[in-house]
Amino acid sequence: MFKKPVSSSGKTKIKSSVQRNIRQKICEQFPLLEPVIDDVLPKKAQLDLIKAPEKISLYALDNQVLFFQHHNDAIMPHLRIVHKYPQCFPTVQVDRGAIRFILGGAQLMCPGLTSPGAKLPPPEGNIPEGAVVAINAEGKEHACMIGVLKMSTEDIKKLNKGNGVENCHYLGDGLWKMDSE
Amino acid sequence: MEAESSAAGAAAGATAAGEGPTVAPLEVAYCGVCSLPPEYCEFGATVKKCMDWLEGNHPSLHQKLYSSEALESKMGTMTLEAQQKAEKDLAKKQQKEELRQEREAAKKKSSVITIKRVERTKRKYVTVVSGIEAFELVYKTVAKEFGKKFACGSSVTKSAAGSEEITVQGDLSDEILEELVEKYGIDEDNIRQVEETKKKGGSGPG
Repeated sequence: MFKKPVSSSGKTKIKSSVQRNIRQKICEQFPLLEPVIDDVLPKKAQLDLIKAPEKISLYALDNQVLFFQHHNDAIMPHLRIVHKYPQCFPTVQVDRGAIRFILGGAQLMCPGLTSPGAKLPPPEGNIPEGAVVAINAEGKEHACMIGVLKMSTEDIKKLNKGNGVENCHYLGDGLWKMDSE
Repeated sequence: MEAESSAAGAAAGATAAGEGPTVAPLEVAYCGVCSLPPEYCEFGATVKKCMDWLEGNHPSLHQKLYSSEALESKMGTMTLEAQQKAEKDLAKKQQKEELRQEREAAKKKSSVITIKRVERTKRKYVTVVSGIEAFELVYKTVAKEFGKKFACGSSVTKSAAGSEEITVQGDLSDEILEELVEKYGIDEDNIRQVEETKKKGGSGPG
């Protein structure tokens, strides 16, 4: 999504009613984040909307992007948020060999999620298709990618072939570099 | 997995009003060179610089990430073949990055910032600055800074050739030269001062 540097066309303030909606949506999507939502997104804060090409909206607070969204799809957190609250997002882990491809912006293939170095949730913790997940890496403590599951984690285990997670945002991509300037 | 990360992350921020079940945010240190969390520096193209930076700024982290045991344990689960391939790729990437930096440095050396003094009326001038993009400066922000510094109108305009330039109201070419050298660290040899006077009688620009 952000392979190229993000060229934004200015930012606008978000109406408080819209902001409430966004907040609610985030809570619905990431129930684990609810206890800390006030820290992430204070009630009184004024969110900014930054429009990026291809119908991508970035939600920023104090010039720092917190969440982003493509058109009306699921809202996704910026990696910085995931680094701060790693336990608040569903997580899967990839093996070491996959890291360099992820940092190059590649889609995540199933074998990288099922090999010995990788970790998928147990059967009872199945994450359904279409869910937003943070991707951790073998031997690393911080997440390196945000993606959308292309198939449920159980299917990944069964099929073990093809595209498992869509790469939406990774360390060092356009969105990441946008803030760190 | 979570427990590990909270133990290893730097001091958790105590500023958050988190009480009871809420979790304090982790403070994550980011590399000053490549902006990634330091543990991912090894996949970037500037590993050496990142290492040096980390050693200077976060010695404890450096010790943890680059000690010999850490390096050994990292190689754990990968096959030899995959390792070699990864190393080869990385070396290539690094070489490319070095070349790129060299090229950029050369470009920086040869490019010039122009400060032009343009006559408005008989004794009023504007100062036009162009060419700062070669030094990784952003027109909009620099224009704002100039406006603040010199307490005058300062804006980004499009020149006739279509490129951007900063127009500062007032005759400030010497001050701007000084500011560029002092604040933005640009070598004086890379700045050129020009004067443009309007000829009377419509005989065309000089």
